[in-house]
Amino acid sequence: MQLQLTELRIAGFGGQGVILSAIVLGKAASIYQGAYATMTQNFGPEARGGACSAQLLISGDPILYPYVTQPDIMVVMSQEAYTRFVPELKEGGILIVEQDLVRVTDLPRQTKVYSCPATRLAEELGKRMVLNSVMVGFFTAVTRLLEKEAVRKAVADSVPSSFCELNLKAFETGYEYGVQSLQESPHAQQFEHVSYAEE
Amino acid sequence: MKADPRGVLTGTHFLDGDHACCEGALAAGARFAAGYPITPSTEVVERFASRVPKVGGTFIQMEDELAASITLQGAVWGGAKAFTVTSGPGFSLMMEHIGYAAMTETPCVFVDVQRGGPSTGLPTLPAQADMMQARWGSHGDYEIIALCPNSPQECFDLTIQAFNFSEEFRVPVMFMMDEVVGHMTEKVIIPPADQIEVVPRRHTRKAVEDYLPYGTNGDGVPEMAHAGEGYKFHVTGLTHDEHGYPNMTPATQDKLVRRLQNKIHDAIDRITLLEEECFDSEDVVVVSYGITSRVAQRAIEMARERGLKVGKLRLITCWPFPEKRIRELAATTKAFVVPELNLGQMVREVERAANGKARTFAVPHAGGSVHRPEDILKVIVEASR
Repeated sequence: MQLQLTELRIAGFGGQGVILSAIVLGKAASIYQGAYATMTQNFGPEARGGACSAQLLISGDPILYPYVTQPDIMVVMSQEAYTRFVPELKEGGILIVEQDLVRVTDLPRQTKVYSCPATRLAEELGKRMVLNSVMVGFFTAVTRLLEKEAVRKAVADSVPSSFCELNLKAFETGYEYGVQSLQESPHAQQFEHVSYAEE
Repeated sequence: MKADPRGVLTGTHFLDGDHACCEGALAAGARFAAGYPITPSTEVVERFASRVPKVGGTFIQMEDELAASITLQGAVWGGAKAFTVTSGPGFSLMMEHIGYAAMTETPCVFVDVQRGGPSTGLPTLPAQADMMQARWGSHGDYEIIALCPNSPQECFDLTIQAFNFSEEFRVPVMFMMDEVVGHMTEKVIIPPADQIEVVPRRHTRKAVEDYLPYGTNGDGVPEMAHAGEGYKFHVTGLTHDEHGYPNMTPATQDKLVRRLQNKIHDAIDRITLLEEECFDSEDVVVVSYGITSRVAQRAIEMARERGLKVGKLRLITCWPFPEKRIRELAATTKAFVVPELNLGQMVREVERAANGKARTFAVPHAGGSVHRPEDILKVIVEASR
C-alpha cells in the first residue's frame, strides 16, 4: 500500500517518551515498511517536565519540506500540549489523547477523537515509563497508518534490550485497547468529557 | 583504499544529521576530535566521544574553540585524521586556525552546524549565514573547500567526502550543515566498509634525505611526513619555502600563496559536486544549497504545476564556487532565483558569475526557520516574467 504524505505531531511533556514515540513510528515507516520518514523535535532546556513535541512526516515518496504544516494526526499527552497544538489540527483530522491527562474541549465536530489511558495501562504493567509504547500500540490500531509488524519491530529495535519484553507487552496492550475502542465505536470514540465547539 | 571496518556501523539506521555526520567521520577514518561543544552541533561530538574509544581513538573536550581548532591540527601532524565541530560563535573563534591549516596545508575537517547569528543569535534555530565566513573568515589569500549536505544520509556520505577532499588536497574542508539538517532524523544507510572509499594520507615514500616538506610532485600538493618519523619536520604559519623554513621574501610569498590557490582552482571540476535538473532552456533556474534546497524543490514543483519552465541547480560544493556552470546556464536562462537562510550571501556569487547575462533574484530569509515554499514560488513567478 502506497503511503500518502501524512503529517503527525506528538506532544506532551519531557519524560513521557514523546520523542522516542516519534522515532519508533519513523523507523517503522522508513526502515521496516520501505517508505520515507522525517522527524524533527522541539523541547525546552529541562530534562523532565518541560513542553516537548515531535513532528513526523511519513510518505511513500521522498519528503522535501521537513516540517509539519497542518497535522493530519495528533497525539497529545498533556493539557498544555492540547491547548497549544490542537488548533492546528487539520479539519477532519485524527486526535489521540492520553485519557487521564487531557480534557478535550472546543473541538470541531469533524475531528475523530480516540483516547487511551496509556499511563494507567503502563502502571498496571509495572512501569509507568512504558506509556509511550502503550500509546504507539494504540496509535497503530486506531490509525491503521502503519503495519503492526513494522511498528512492533521498531519498538523492539528502539528500547534498551533489558526492557524490550516489557515494551513489547506495552505495545500489545495499547494495540488491544485500540482494537477494542474501534469495535465499540468504529468511526470515533465518544466519551463523556469531550465537548465539541458550537458550530 | 577501503574504510577500516572498525569505524563503520554498517546497517540501516534512523539517525539525525549530527549523529550521521559523526558516523561519516568514523567511517572516513577520523580517530581524533577536539571540541568545545555548542548547540546545535553538540550531538556530533557527544556521539563521537562515546564511539571513538571503542575504535582506538580520542576525543578531547578543550577549554575553548581556539584550543580545539589547533589541537586537532597537532593530531593530524601526529598521524591521525581529525576534525572539530562547532556552530557560529565557535566558528568565529576558529578563524585564525583555519588560516593556519590552509597555510600549513593540514588536512582536516571543520564542521559548522549553522544557527542564527550574529553573535549568540539563535542557538537552537537554523540559518545559512556563515557561508561567506567559511570562505573568507581568515585573513590573507587562501582557498578552502566547503560542502553543504541537505539530509542525514548526506551528512554521512559527504562527511566522508569532506575528509577525502581534505586528504587529497591537503586543505581544511568546511562541512556546512545547518540546524535543521543537523537535528532532523531520517533513514541513513551505512554501507559495508569495503564499499566505502577513503583517501589515505599523502604520506611521502621518499627517503629521509630526499624529502622536502613542502616540495611537490608537480600537482601542487606536497607529501606529508609525521612528527617523530625521522623526516625533517618544520610546520609554521610564517611564509615558508619548500623546506618548511620561514622565508619572507616577495618571491617565496608569491610562489606559496599562488600554489595554495591553484591546487584547488586547477581541480575545480573534480571538486564541484552539483545536483542538477535543467532541461532545455529553462526560463528560471533556482540555485540553492543545504536545507533550503529541499524547500526550493517543493517551490519548483509548484511552479512547474503552473506551467512555468523552472530548473534546479543545487550546490553540494559551495566553495570553490562553481562559477563555470552558472556562466553556462546564464547564456540560456532568463533569471536565477537564489533562496538562502541569510540576507544575501551566495546570491552575490551567482550574480557575479552570471555577469549580466541573466538576472539574479535573491530570496533572503534572516533565519530562525526555513522559507515557506510559497515565498520562493512568488519570486520564481516574478523572475519568469
